[in-house]
Amino acid sequence: MNLHEYQSKELFLDAGIPILKGMVADSPEQARKVAKQLQGDQWVVKAQVHAGGRGKAGGVKLANSLDDVELIASKMLGSRLITKQTDQMGLPINLVYVESGTQIKLEFYLSLVIDRTKESWTFIVSSEGGVDIEMVAEKTPEKIIKYTVDPIIGIDSNQLSFMAEKLNLDVNLKEQFIAIIKKIFVLARDTDASQVEINPLIVDQNHTFVALDAKIVIEDNSLFRQSALALLKDSSQENDIELRASENGLSYVSLSGDIACMVNGAGLAMATMDLIKIHGGEPANFLDVGGDATTARVTVAFELILENRNVRAILVNIFGGIVRCDVIAEGIIDAVKTTDLSIPIVVRLEGTNVQSGKAKLMESGLDIISADDLSDAAEKVVKSATNYKESS
Amino acid sequence: MSILVDSNSKIICQGITGKQGTFHANQCIQYGTKIVGGVTPGKGKQEHLGVPVFDTVREAKRETDADVSVIFVPAPYAAEAIVAAVDAKIELIVCITEGIPVQDMINVKSKIKNSNSKLIGPNCPGIITPGQTKIGIMPAFIHQQGSIGIISRSGTLTYEAVYQTSNNGLGQSTCVGIGGDPIKGLNFIDCLELFESDDQTQGIILVGEIGGSDEEKAAEFIKGNITKPVVAYIAGISAPSGKRMGHAGAIVSGKEGTAEGKYEAFRKAGVTTVESPALIGETMRKLIA
Repeated sequence: MNLHEYQSKELFLDAGIPILKGMVADSPEQARKVAKQLQGDQWVVKAQVHAGGRGKAGGVKLANSLDDVELIASKMLGSRLITKQTDQMGLPINLVYVESGTQIKLEFYLSLVIDRTKESWTFIVSSEGGVDIEMVAEKTPEKIIKYTVDPIIGIDSNQLSFMAEKLNLDVNLKEQFIAIIKKIFVLARDTDASQVEINPLIVDQNHTFVALDAKIVIEDNSLFRQSALALLKDSSQENDIELRASENGLSYVSLSGDIACMVNGAGLAMATMDLIKIHGGEPANFLDVGGDATTARVTVAFELILENRNVRAILVNIFGGIVRCDVIAEGIIDAVKTTDLSIPIVVRLEGTNVQSGKAKLMESGLDIISADDLSDAAEKVVKSATNYKESS
Repeated sequence: MSILVDSNSKIICQGITGKQGTFHANQCIQYGTKIVGGVTPGKGKQEHLGVPVFDTVREAKRETDADVSVIFVPAPYAAEAIVAAVDAKIELIVCITEGIPVQDMINVKSKIKNSNSKLIGPNCPGIITPGQTKIGIMPAFIHQQGSIGIISRSGTLTYEAVYQTSNNGLGQSTCVGIGGDPIKGLNFIDCLELFESDDQTQGIILVGEIGGSDEEKAAEFIKGNITKPVVAYIAGISAPSGKRMGHAGAIVSGKEGTAEGKYEAFRKAGVTTVESPALIGETMRKLIA
């Protein structure tokens, strides 16, 4: 789960990680008001969206007067920000963060991630701050310094000193840097963060480190024990269908094609998308109805699939293990009837009670195309989608 | 022969009195698996499914001499359950539970590395040696005793591979579902090594998916260490970058973890690959014919 910059900075403040003064606003008037409260003669107005690359996309603007703050906020609020990390639709800007201006003497990159290869936490730092870190890693890998924490020992101060030296920090900055690293580690563990990123981490005119940006990702599996943080979820930043799917215990990802699929199991769902592609079609979504799909869940799944107006055909692919094919067949029949389905549907059932499942589909009298195996199913659905497109 | 488990394996089930634990432990017993006891804290000194229930894994181990534990404990308590099994010196721990916080798994893994226990999963269907023992949630009837070893990150795709090898008359020696989480127990390489030295296994099917670099490491390992024929399939060639595809570990981040990159690694290592999941069984049959 992504947190906004302003939410992450509140956590930074509590953890003692230095940030600038800033306040969040949901209207241009409010933005002006908070800027006045912050005082000074320069502010930065930042769009609060769940995507990186805001600066280049016009989501971070400098204001030299209160009028400026209000004008910038009025342009941002209510619009959508398209960055290289979003799709073409972009994300809605419902809040802006107004922050005091500062001077930047030095810029660094600092992040802490859960590193699946090392099976522990890894710090990544670089003297190249404020830029795309993946580009730095690709073009000048020598400028990236990594330190993986031993989960048994915890933070090793020698390693932190070593990192500070590689960044050419003087004694004063080194001390500040090490303190920040330690606080980030505690913060990440306390919040079950899978990522904490500061880009850039700057040194200002007072020779002090300040986190100019803040990004925290809370690991989804931990939300049951992070109930306060779970409340910070901003649903406006998520795809509506994906959101409702997860509320119903379904895993759904929107894609750009026109062949919808409904599958039990994440791996088989991906494999089904792949098959559609191999047979010349384009999948409209990833959808895993889970290992214990019930009639009710299958019906919800159909409703979600059909909300995507691009869909020209549906492929249902069920390998019944624990879940029985006859139960799934009943769910399909129910859903086809209640949703008044008009587009072609291809069903491949395999596994437990497959014969009775297929028989039920036949007896229903509905226009359901039955498939025998994976290849047959993919071929039939691609063909159906093409025919449907031509006839409509 | 087989790998890791056979008809002599003695199994306890942690979380046996819960809904999932009861259903699946019963299915395992029906298959002939030697479930010798269960563990549910606070429910000791009872009998459930005809076997004794204990309060702790240590007690269960002492009384039953079990060598395997299968875990159906809910996610908030599952990491603790794995650690309890490690502390009780259980040799093989199979954790079915999905949704364990990754931070908990960091701690579990460092514990496992400093022990003699092996972990399969979490977020996996378990392990089965057809005709001998089924330790997990896989549908029994699709399996056939045979010559193919299967290693997979995905549950339903394992079933697909099993079904296809059964239909092609090959059957399976042992099938290991290693799970869909980013931090997990046994990996491809561990299982490849075991299958290489198993007499019953004549070919190995590896089912991977997007995310991480375990497949790339497996490809490198196969090149230098595996003499038996291997067929590799990677799910997610059509998956977009930056989106989690169901499994916690199935995500392409930037250029890392793509299906293309993994296929490339296998091809470079001389491993037979299939881009269609429908051809896994057939390809293996031709390869070992």
